[in-house]
Amino acid sequence: MASLLELSGVSVSFDGFRAINNLSFQIGEPELRAIIGPNGAGKTTFMDIVTGKTRPDTGRVLWGEKSVSLLKLSESQIARAGIGRKFQKPTVFEAQTVRENLAMALKAPRGPLDVLRLRPTQASADRIAAIAAEIGLSDDLPRIAGELSHGQKQWLEIGMLLAQDPRLLLVDEPAAGMTPAERAHTTDLLKRLAERHAVVVVEHDMDFVRRLGCKVTVLHEGSVLAEGSLDHVTANRDVIDVYLGR
Amino acid sequence: MTRTLIRENPSIPWFLAILAAFCLGVTLMAEATGVGMLSTSFVKTLGKTLCLCLVAIAMDVVWGYCGILSLGHMAFFGLGGYAIGMWLMYARTEIIVTGSLANAPIPPTPAEIEDAIATQIFGVVGANEFPLIWAFADSLALQLLMVVLVPGLLALVFGWLAFRSRVTGVYLSILTQAMTLALALYLFQNDSGLRGNNGLSGLQNIPFFRDTPQSVISIAFFWASALALALGYVLFAWVVSGRMGSVIRGIRDNEARVRFLGYHVEGFKLFVFTLSAVVAGIAGALYYPQAGIINPAEVAPIASIYLAVWVAIGGRGRLYGAVIGAAFVSLLSSWFTGGGAPDIDLGVYEIRWTDWWLVLLGLSFVAVTLFAPKGIGGLFDLVARRPAPTAAPARTRAEAAE
Repeated sequence: MASLLELSGVSVSFDGFRAINNLSFQIGEPELRAIIGPNGAGKTTFMDIVTGKTRPDTGRVLWGEKSVSLLKLSESQIARAGIGRKFQKPTVFEAQTVRENLAMALKAPRGPLDVLRLRPTQASADRIAAIAAEIGLSDDLPRIAGELSHGQKQWLEIGMLLAQDPRLLLVDEPAAGMTPAERAHTTDLLKRLAERHAVVVVEHDMDFVRRLGCKVTVLHEGSVLAEGSLDHVTANRDVIDVYLGR
Repeated sequence: MTRTLIRENPSIPWFLAILAAFCLGVTLMAEATGVGMLSTSFVKTLGKTLCLCLVAIAMDVVWGYCGILSLGHMAFFGLGGYAIGMWLMYARTEIIVTGSLANAPIPPTPAEIEDAIATQIFGVVGANEFPLIWAFADSLALQLLMVVLVPGLLALVFGWLAFRSRVTGVYLSILTQAMTLALALYLFQNDSGLRGNNGLSGLQNIPFFRDTPQSVISIAFFWASALALALGYVLFAWVVSGRMGSVIRGIRDNEARVRFLGYHVEGFKLFVFTLSAVVAGIAGALYYPQAGIINPAEVAPIASIYLAVWVAIGGRGRLYGAVIGAAFVSLLSSWFTGGGAPDIDLGVYEIRWTDWWLVLLGLSFVAVTLFAPKGIGGLFDLVARRPAPTAAPARTRAEAAE
């Protein structure tokens, strides 16, 4: 399995604080991976580096078959290369309708002149309807996104991620604020996505990670502490000390 | 496509109908074409107001829809005015000079004519030669091109530098103020090549139409301004609808999120900013022949701040709001400052509106911001079936999310 994303020797510090310390990580396609770790372990900074929001001080971030360095690309170029991100706090366009939110995320040419000429087609309407059915918002398409409940906003953001159709999905705490039934649905969805895509899930909730049943990477103080199945890492002495033992 | 556009912007047919009715009414009451109830100078005021409405919707698209609070938009408006003013002055002076030299015993050479025109135009600033920037002033077609090119290029270069460095919010507003201030200071210099603080004058005299009375010229410019406003309205309605509108409003509310969706935010901002500047330039080119004079004070920072105040009072984030704001406030302003409003004698103190109008404007701006953030245009939400998308103060929210 060739790796889709590969980070090696990545370090970044903010005002002397080393958020990421000589981190190496790789993920193939398709693969489902969970990242766990205590607060401040560098989970969000890791995502910021991959999506181009934060530039590392040292290290390499390589993407795809041609091993393109993501460090040279802007955020929007990285997104167009096929990396989608769901934020921890649901971040949708609250002043716009659910349909507009999904339409904006749909895979399509992204230049200003392309977008100006773009008008709704049957194919895009069908795609939006299919995604809305998947995320349970079929009846809410004309609603303003700001009116949705917290859980629905989570779903909408997952829907936007689906609409982007990325190769790598970075999902930050997808199950926060969801009911048990919704959590189960999220687990199913992520597993299904991981049949064809690379999916990285950052999560605090151990039960949720257990249900994903995938390889787990434990971060601590900005580097990888342990990697393997959940049972393997939870048996690791270091992991118990820094994370589970508390 | 037309149907989709109108469905997404139900205000278009209403706006065009009201504008057409207004034009018809003014035409029927004007001196040249109607019963003469409206004086020529008032027709000019109305025509100028239409141009201000056009620059206001250009401002609204940049600020109300895309979230870029440009406080330098009148620079583009003024540059459009200067561009057309150069041709108007040159062509008219050329006619006068050739007329007066025609009776000379020896026919003048083209170089002598050129020198005489230059002396006529630049005598007030002690110069007698054409600066390089007047190279195209003898050609109407090229100067019309300049009306579009000069503001467009300035916006393109300024926007490219500012957006590329991710300057946003109040810092960008300050930069735009600096831009328009720098332009005004440059134009104030006598050796700027644009007659310093004298500016360009006599612009109401249209070359080749010397025998046409001003009453006819005023109504012609009024119609041209109305046509430009109508076209500008439809153009901007098209830009801010559909997917483009979604992206633009997304940039206003959460720029970083739009970036993570794969849109090159800087490119979109640059597109909107430049388009808006070009339209502002066209509005200026129609305004100043009706005003008759343009001088550097027109691009002073305060002018662009007024523009933002109009849009805020009218209701940003909706095109008709900008039109209402610009028309209402600028007409009210000329009524108050032109001595139309009766002064109030309080016995111990007399409120003279020429002095107090600015206070009133400032108070109403504060009142609108505090109590009616949607502006006057927000009243239409009360009668409309579907609430219009709001210009939420989402910038702060987006910044908090970061």
